[in-house]
Amino acid sequence: MAEKNHVHYRDVNENPCNMCMPMGGILALKGIEQSMVIVHGSQGCSTYMRRHIAEHFNEPVDVGSSSLNEKGTIYGGEKNLRQALDNIVKVYHPALIGIVTTCLAETIGEDIERITGQYLIDKQMEDFPIVTAATPGYGGSHFEGYFLTVKRVLMQLTAATKKNNKVNVIIPNMSPADIREIKRILELMKIEYVLCPDFSDTLDRPFSRPYTKMSDGGTKLVDIKEMGGGLATIQMGITLDDSISPGQYLKDEFGVPLYNLAIPIGVESTDAFINTLVEITGKTIPESLTKERGRLLDAMIDSHKYNFQGRCVIFGEPEMVYAVTKTCVENGVFPAVVATGSQGGKLNELVGLAVTDFLEKSNLFIETDFAHILAASQEAKVNIGIGPSDGKYLTEKGGIPLVRLGFPIHDRVGGQRILSVGYTGTMMFLDRVTNTLLENKYISYRSSMYEKYYQQG
Amino acid sequence: MAEDNAGRIAERDGFIVTKGKNKKQLQCDTDSSAGCVSQRACVYCGARVVLNPITDAIHLVHGPIGCASYTWDIRGSLSSGAELYRNSFSTDLKEQDIIFGGAKRLNAAIDGLVEKYQAKLVFVYSTCIVGVIGDDLEAICTAASQKHNIEVIPVESSGFIGNKSAGYRAAGDALLRLIKPSEPIVKSNSINYLGDFNLAGEAWIIHNYLRQIGVELNVTFTGDSHYTALKSAPKAKLNIIQCAGSMLYLAGKMEELYQIPYIQISFLGIEDTAASLRKIAATLGEESMIAKAEDLIAKETARVEAIIKGYRDKLQGKKAAIYVGGGFKAISLVKQFREIGIDVVMIGTQTGRKEEYETINNLVDDGTVILDDANPAELERFMMEKGAHLLVGGVKERPLAYKLGIAFIDHNHDRKHPLSGFEGAVNFAEEVYSTVCSPVWKSLSKSGIDRGVTDHG
Repeated sequence: MAEKNHVHYRDVNENPCNMCMPMGGILALKGIEQSMVIVHGSQGCSTYMRRHIAEHFNEPVDVGSSSLNEKGTIYGGEKNLRQALDNIVKVYHPALIGIVTTCLAETIGEDIERITGQYLIDKQMEDFPIVTAATPGYGGSHFEGYFLTVKRVLMQLTAATKKNNKVNVIIPNMSPADIREIKRILELMKIEYVLCPDFSDTLDRPFSRPYTKMSDGGTKLVDIKEMGGGLATIQMGITLDDSISPGQYLKDEFGVPLYNLAIPIGVESTDAFINTLVEITGKTIPESLTKERGRLLDAMIDSHKYNFQGRCVIFGEPEMVYAVTKTCVENGVFPAVVATGSQGGKLNELVGLAVTDFLEKSNLFIETDFAHILAASQEAKVNIGIGPSDGKYLTEKGGIPLVRLGFPIHDRVGGQRILSVGYTGTMMFLDRVTNTLLENKYISYRSSMYEKYYQQG
Repeated sequence: MAEDNAGRIAERDGFIVTKGKNKKQLQCDTDSSAGCVSQRACVYCGARVVLNPITDAIHLVHGPIGCASYTWDIRGSLSSGAELYRNSFSTDLKEQDIIFGGAKRLNAAIDGLVEKYQAKLVFVYSTCIVGVIGDDLEAICTAASQKHNIEVIPVESSGFIGNKSAGYRAAGDALLRLIKPSEPIVKSNSINYLGDFNLAGEAWIIHNYLRQIGVELNVTFTGDSHYTALKSAPKAKLNIIQCAGSMLYLAGKMEELYQIPYIQISFLGIEDTAASLRKIAATLGEESMIAKAEDLIAKETARVEAIIKGYRDKLQGKKAAIYVGGGFKAISLVKQFREIGIDVVMIGTQTGRKEEYETINNLVDDGTVILDDANPAELERFMMEKGAHLLVGGVKERPLAYKLGIAFIDHNHDRKHPLSGFEGAVNFAEEVYSTVCSPVWKSLSKSGIDRGVTDHG
């Protein structure tokens, strides 16, 4: 079992390991075809989040703001929100507008449902889809904001339709390269699917001319509508609380069977994903995938002894943290510290179940910060970190080398191109881990052995 | 509301002029319009960028986690001593705190941090929500200050109370409180340097120049500054201001309160750097300084011009677009581009002031588009219309330029290379060359994708 160290109540957060709810909401909405997002709050929120997202994906990220000023804060932001809708429609001609709220809007009690409902009536645009999500900055992290917003998308767009042959695939925040890999596997298996949200093109678009303000790609609105008639839902949201689970909503509302799985990183989780697809659709596993699996096993053998020397700290969004923990366990890398700044959902019991074969116990921290993660990692003599860019703090302060994974990667290029899922992605992830361990070992090999064993005289 | 086919927003009309075509005065210094996708941040952002480089202070953000997350150590400000400023502290308010007030949490956070880090100075930044729930920052900070016998200074930076400029003012007020002397001032012969945040060591470069010409430097606001040095600010006999947007207010107040006159200077580009050194020496009026300044200028100009000439030959006739934070920077950039043979065809800022836009208008050629608080749609439109070959801007603008197939120069707080002084002029020319003349643009046309921009080069 993992040692659970909840850090629920803190007076101060020292170097955050999470972001706020509307950030997750923006990411989710960017995966819907021809959508634009408005952040209802003061100007800075949307700008800061745009900046963060732009740095990770190296893409233009246009997000509107209702730019609440003092007047709007005192008398209500309806005028601003309506004006924002006017301007966004005029400049971007979106097919859908998502509105996420900020702590400011929630605290002054903005009723965005009523405001947008009235707006659509006044403009005679009753059929135009506006998705609203209440995402106060104090209500949870970007992780919860992401899934809550996906759920809101389904609640407002999915309808009871006749049964179809498509598998709904609901994914967490992963890299566009990962999303494309999931789609490649589905296509190799000749499976019809709806993947939601799909920002593999919208946040990683090819260079082309002419430039368009809205990029191609994203989950189609018609497909989202039909998710209620899907064959089944595979949701990579095993850590999720039911309250923010989009897959649970589809199950409760439309009776779509739900398979809640871990992100397919590692042999076991990728097997689970593929076997579930077989179970749902009755399709066979193509030869090429079997070969990929064999290559991964071969790679795991090649590196197993090096990996056994790994003692890692894993941090980031709960879903990614769990998937990586399982993969490390599978390869003999000991997850000494497992941490998330988010609420964690079911992460605690899941990590406990995953880390059983080691001589030591893992330490799990939820709603934690980097000051805490560093202290715990140093105490546990960790020698590798796995997680987003802010973990550079662990490298700088504690000399812990970092394998960058997750969101955001803002101090390197290519955050959007990091591939870690499926058999092939796992192999690439594993190589990054092993080679980091090796590099670190070789850097200090001569000096550390000298210090340890050399005795004069 | 009027609308045309290009999806232009009528309320933005006053904020855009073309030199020579319109007689109207450019509108500026107002709140951003809702839904216009402004590139601006908020009041808190303005305050944070000004104060954050104070190296030995605890910078505590009172609010939900997002504001601290998005601003953790993202600036390139360097320190020669303390590193405390590179942490991001937040009271991480949760729903319960919003309902019952965050005072208790803030008190405990200050107590904990002061005990842990033994700092002499704490800044407490208010965020949107703190302004709404009405925590009495002033009273809490005063009490904490007395309790710990250190300075705990509130920064009134709720995001909705204005735009980024209001944040500069909030930071100015906080600094004025900090430097208020408790004893009579004994004047010295030294000067203060205002508006340099020591990005990539820029303040150090300028310190070296001033040292070489015999000017005694008292303290820099706020690059590589610390508590004790800032305390001595009132004893200076002259203030020189680099970033006017953030520092004019403070300089005005210091003149009023401590009889310190100020002059505006700029160390961007050879022309401005030389003129500024002359201006400082002339203002201080010492013959030896004037002579030493001329020596330094002659020596350095000769050295860097030889290097820059090589770049100028390659860049002659290219067209630049500028979109930066403040007017001061924009003005210097026009001159700096001229030094390397490039004309400016579009120029805008986030927070430029009326007088700065007048200067810009006098400086640029007829036909140049000047715009305040622009958005991606406008930047795209004017860069295309004017046939710009490169854009100068910040993180959010970079992906837009690249997607348009246009070269890009980083001129933001995040950069890791100095652009000040003679060294900076060389770096600037080199960076322009590296992006405008990169072979990457050839690949675009080779791959059959049209350059898109009319090539005037």
